[in-house]
This record gives sequence, structure tokens and C-alpha cells, in this order.
Amino acid sequence: MSGPLAAAFDLLPEYLGWHVLLSLSALVLGLTISLPLAVAAARSPRLRWPVLALASLIQTIPSLALLALFYPLLLALSALSQAVLSQGFSALGFLPSLLALTLYSVLPILRNGVAGITGVDPAIAEAADGVGMTPRQKLLQVELPLAAPVIMAGVRTAAVWTIGAATLSTPVGQTSLGNYIFAGLQTENWVFVLFGCAASAALAMAADQLLGLVETGARTRRPAFVAAGLAGLVIGAGAALAPLATFGQTAAYTVGAKNFSEQYILAELIAGRLERAGAAVSRKEDLGSAVAYRALAAGEIDVYVDYSGTLWTNVLGRADNPGRKAVLDQLTAELKRRDGVLVLGSLGFENAYAFVMRPDRAQALGIASLADLAQEAPRMKLGSDLEFLSRPEWRAVDGAYGFAFRSERSFQPTFMYRALAGGEADVISAFSSDGRIAADRLVVLSDPKGAIPPYDAVILVSPKAAADPRLVEALRPLVGAVPVEAMRAANYSVDRDAGKVTPAEAARALERVIAGN
Amino acid sequence: MIELAGVSKRYGGHAALDDVGLSVGEGEFVALVGGSGSGKTTLLKTINGLVRPDAGRIVVAGEDVATASPHLLRRRIGYVFQEVGLFPHLSVAENIGITPRLLGWDKARIAARAAELLALVDLPPGVAARPPAALSGGQRQRVGVARALAAEPRLMLMDEPFGALDPVTRDALGADYRALHERLGLTTIMVTHDMTEAVLLTDRVVVLKTGRILADGAPGALLAQSSDPDVLALLEAPKRQAQRLAERLGA
Repeated sequence: MSGPLAAAFDLLPEYLGWHVLLSLSALVLGLTISLPLAVAAARSPRLRWPVLALASLIQTIPSLALLALFYPLLLALSALSQAVLSQGFSALGFLPSLLALTLYSVLPILRNGVAGITGVDPAIAEAADGVGMTPRQKLLQVELPLAAPVIMAGVRTAAVWTIGAATLSTPVGQTSLGNYIFAGLQTENWVFVLFGCAASAALAMAADQLLGLVETGARTRRPAFVAAGLAGLVIGAGAALAPLATFGQTAAYTVGAKNFSEQYILAELIAGRLERAGAAVSRKEDLGSAVAYRALAAGEIDVYVDYSGTLWTNVLGRADNPGRKAVLDQLTAELKRRDGVLVLGSLGFENAYAFVMRPDRAQALGIASLADLAQEAPRMKLGSDLEFLSRPEWRAVDGAYGFAFRSERSFQPTFMYRALAGGEADVISAFSSDGRIAADRLVVLSDPKGAIPPYDAVILVSPKAAADPRLVEALRPLVGAVPVEAMRAANYSVDRDAGKVTPAEAARALERVIAGN
Repeated sequence: MIELAGVSKRYGGHAALDDVGLSVGEGEFVALVGGSGSGKTTLLKTINGLVRPDAGRIVVAGEDVATASPHLLRRRIGYVFQEVGLFPHLSVAENIGITPRLLGWDKARIAARAAELLALVDLPPGVAARPPAALSGGQRQRVGVARALAAEPRLMLMDEPFGALDPVTRDALGADYRALHERLGLTTIMVTHDMTEAVLLTDRVVVLKTGRILADGAPGALLAQSSDPDVLALLEAPKRQAQRLAERLGA
């Protein structure tokens, strides 16, 4: 079996287990909420409209946004609970994903439940009263059994939606089959993307077929079908969940990573060091920039790599640039004071925002610096990653040089380079440690006004882990040990089209370079 | 058996029942007749609490319907209506045994009762295990009657019970029910818009119009004594039909 496919299969038990646990919990929770709600709405026409309208409204929120919104909400609730009960909880990962997916599963079950119950023949409802049933007996013995096929159809829809949407829980720190898709998209590992899609689709189809068996059994009143469908679901869920018992729960440390190749490699580098120190490690990857730091400050992850300029502008809200060393020193002092976060030190390379152009275009237009670029900007198209244009660094650079580009477009980092190569963008906001800059011989424009802050890659340690000598001592040798050339080579080995390696393999190669120095 | 006094019911601005008083004795077979909107179905449903009156008092076998537990009351009263309302997810035998099951009878007694009732309403024992959908309309209504009789009620309420059946089945089922009424010593109140059926099956006809009782008595006595043109028109109808039938068939 080829490398990427074998790597994908290795990860399957963990990803699938979490995916099943998450979707199943959301579906069960959704069912326990929406079924009583459906009964209440079927009984009361006054309640019916607002309840269905609210459920439809929730359905119109894009699923990724719904997942994202639960993170700050839970963070605030956790802080409140910490203050009142001195007992916080994790706002990252399982909980926000579970709540968002639960809300998502409510509408189809609710709508079909109401339709099923109100659709019971009035003559049969009258007969139930006439033979002397209590309202409860009427519901349980007549209305629900007759509505069961319609309700089951709703459960099937909810199951397919939930399993599909669960792939989006990866960015809020919940492992799922979405990890294949998000990581694959970042590292251009299309085998991973396809594998994630196929696994999620296969899971959804299997669940749909088994629930379909239950539905058929309910409609044709064949208990054997219902039993077979339920048994299939229980066995399937049990088989998928079994590997989870050995994952994650025993991990001593959680290593975080944002959503690009360098972060995956560095997370593997750190995880490898910790594992060699004898600790079990779990990973939370594909975190958003702001999510990652807050998760660290809250102790939900123990360690990750961030960049001094990012922390300087986004966490401390500074717009000035006092120089590389001053930024790092002030950052170290300020993060310690404010959040108890330990800045262990710089890895030894910088990954700054760098405006780059294709050499032929740069030469033809005579552009070598950002000042030159500002002159030509009205005729040029800027391509950036998804967050750059809304970051303070962009406002600082824009303020210093006064750009007025013809157009500004955001891309996934992978596609940003493609856009530059294909001419859909004339200049892009690249990353200075990216291997593709050297490989494609791109021209990095100089920053004569010093508007772009320094971006030393620094190891951040959570307040709790800062007091843990095993972790600190295992990672301290990495400080100053990673030269930018080594990082570029590692990044390129993951990003290139041909002969690409996994982030874990790149991390092992990087480790050999570090040992050789 | 049944005492109604001053019973009124309004739906919106429209009076379905307007100060109705009625007394039905043990063993009587009473027809409630009248056109649509006369209030006959509403009146029937106040007796088993399916309709709650706005005013008035209804006493069934010494018990005030307003204060009785509705489901316990209904388990003591048989109820048959035109749409039958058999439970499609239960077999014929399970449908018949539903009220005994709600009353907590043991399984053997329910099974024996279902078999007894199938024979009573003249259905073959083979239908017991079948779903209601497998039966003809007439068979379904026989099951409806059996279900209503299952818990041995003393009182039967019937709302156009045979209205949706073809004339032959209807005639047979009506005659069969009348025989059951006699044999079991039931008290029966039946709503019908068909005067011929009322005259043929019942002992006493109560004529309603716009929520009020226009006439109440044995069919023959009403025809002889009533002066109300509506009542006379209603009662004359079966007689005229019978005469025309005799002429056309040349009897």
C-alpha cells in the first residue's frame, strides 16, 4: 500500500471512533430534545409555529459558523462556572461540537415528529379517546407507533446531516474524519482529502441504511427488521468506539497546532520529544489562530508554537515595532504576567508575513520593495490567506505604505501559491519560512519602513505545564535549534506535489538535522 | 340510566345545543335524528365526555360526567362511530381487546372475550390475527361493534354506525345489532340521519333541530300526535318511500 494511504488507514480507528462518538451523542441528545418538543408542538398549534421557525432558523446558520460560535460561548460559561463553582470545563473540542451538531439534528426530527403526530387519522385519535385511553396511553400506544415511520425518516435525515457536519468539528479542536480533510487541504495531500470524504460518506450511508431498516420495520410492522437495524447500529457503533478506550484518555500532554504544514510538523516535533521523555501525547490540530492561544491560556492544550508578531499584535493589541529582541522580551514578560503562559524561547527561525511576487512580474514592473509595490498597486491583484486581511498586521502595513490594490482576494494558503503561479494574483502575502518561496524562486519584497513586525517562532507552554519539569526539560533543547533553511526544507517536503511526506516523517527528518548540528 | 338537564354548547357564535333535557331509561333503544347541524352528534358526545358542555348537567348511571374521570367513564361506555377508527397497527383481536387491556384483564380472559365477541358479531375466528386493513367495510364495522362491547358495557353510544355501508350490509348489520341489544339487555343511543333506519331499529325517536329537541316519542305516537311540520315531514318520509317502493315493485 502506498505511503499516504497507509498513513490514512493508520489514523482511521482514532478518527472514526471520535466521529462516531460525536455524531451518535449528538443524535441521541437531539432525539431526546426534539421528540418531547415535537409532541408539545403537535398538541399546541400556538407553540408549533415558533418552535418550527426557531429550528429552521438554526438550520440556516452555516454549520462551520455554528460550531465556531459555541467556542466563545462555552469559554464565557466556563469562566463563569470557574468563578461561581471554582470548577471550569473545556470549551474546546467535544463540547462545542456536540452542542452545535445537536442543534443541527433537531430540525428534521422535530419537523417529522410534528407531521407524524398531527398526521394521525382523526378517526383513530377519536377511537383512542372513545375506548378509554388516557392522553399518555393515547400518545404511547397509538400516536407514536403510527407516527414512527415518519419520525424514523426524520432521524435518518438528521443522522446523515450530523455525520456530514461532524467533519467540521476539526477546527474547534475535536478529532473527527474532518482531520483528513483539513490536514489534506493544507498539505495538498489529496489522498487524505478523498479518504476523509469517502470515510464520512460511507459512515453516513451505513447509518442511513441501518436506520432505513428500522424505518421499514416500523412502517410494515415487522419487529424483526427493527431489531436487525438496531442490532446493526449497536454493533457498528461498538466496533467503531472500541479503539477509543485506548486513545487520548491516558495522554499526559496535549500538543496544539494551527492549520498549516509548518504547525503540523512542529507539533509532531514537540510530540516526538515528549514521547521520548516517556509521556503519552494527544494532538489537537487545525486550531484557528485566536482559538489556539486561548486554549493554551485555559490549559486545554499544553504546548504549541506561535509567532512573536502574531502574539504582539493579536494578543497584546500592539501596533508598534520596537525591534525583534524587544518584542520577544516584552512578550515573554507580558504573557507571563497576564495569563501565566510561559514563552519557552524562540526555535531559531522566523516565519514572517512576506509579500512575494513571481520573478518575471517583479522584474518587468521594477518592483523590489513594498514602497515600489504601493506605486503599482492600483494595477495589481493581492492574494492573501484567509485571515491576513482582517489582521492588525495588514492594517499596519497598509497604513505605512497606503496600498490601493485593484482587487484583494483570500485563499487557502495552498491555493494562494497556485493563484500567484496562475496569474490570478500578482502579489501574495506569503510566509517567509515557506519552502515554496525558494522552490518557485519567488521574489520577497523588502520592507524599508519596518512595518511588518518580527515573527520569531516561539514555544508557548500553558500555565499548568510550565510548572512541569519533565515537559519543560524535554522541550528546552529545541530553543534556538531550528534554522530557517531546515524549516523551509521540512515545509517543502510536505507541501511539494511529487514525493511528499507526512508531517510526522518531516518532523523526524527535522529531528535528524537538529541532532546533526 | 341517563339524565340530561339544561345542556348547552356553543361553537363560536353558533349554538350546537340549546338547553337540552333528556332522560333515557335502562334497556331503551333511542334514535337521535335530525339534519346536519341539528346537534345530534354533539349531544351524543356529551354523554361520554368527548364534548364538554358549556352549561347543564349530565348524569350517567348515577355518575356526574363533569366530575367523573373521562377515561374511566369511557371504559364503561361502548362507542361506535361511522369511521370506525380501528387501530391499524393492531390485529383484529388486539383491537377488540383494547378496553379490557386498559382495564387490566389477564391475557387469557382477553383472548377468550375476543373469540366470544367475534362469534357474537358473526365474524369467522380466522380474522382474529389479521390487520383491520384486510377486512371489508362491513366486517370492519362489526369489529367496531365488538370492540365497543368488549368490556361488557351497559350503555352503547353509536354515531351513524352503519352510514358508510352498502344497503344490504347495512340492513343485515342493523338487524344483527338490534338482536344483540335485546340479548345483552343494553341501553343504546344511536345517531342517524336516516329516518327509515330509526323507525326500523329503535323504540323511541328524539328529533333535534338547531340544538333543540323538537319531538320525543315512539315513531307511531309521534306521527299521530305531532303538529310540527318538520317532525311530520321527517316521519312521513319512510312511509312515503315504502308506498312508492310497493307501487314500483308491484307488490
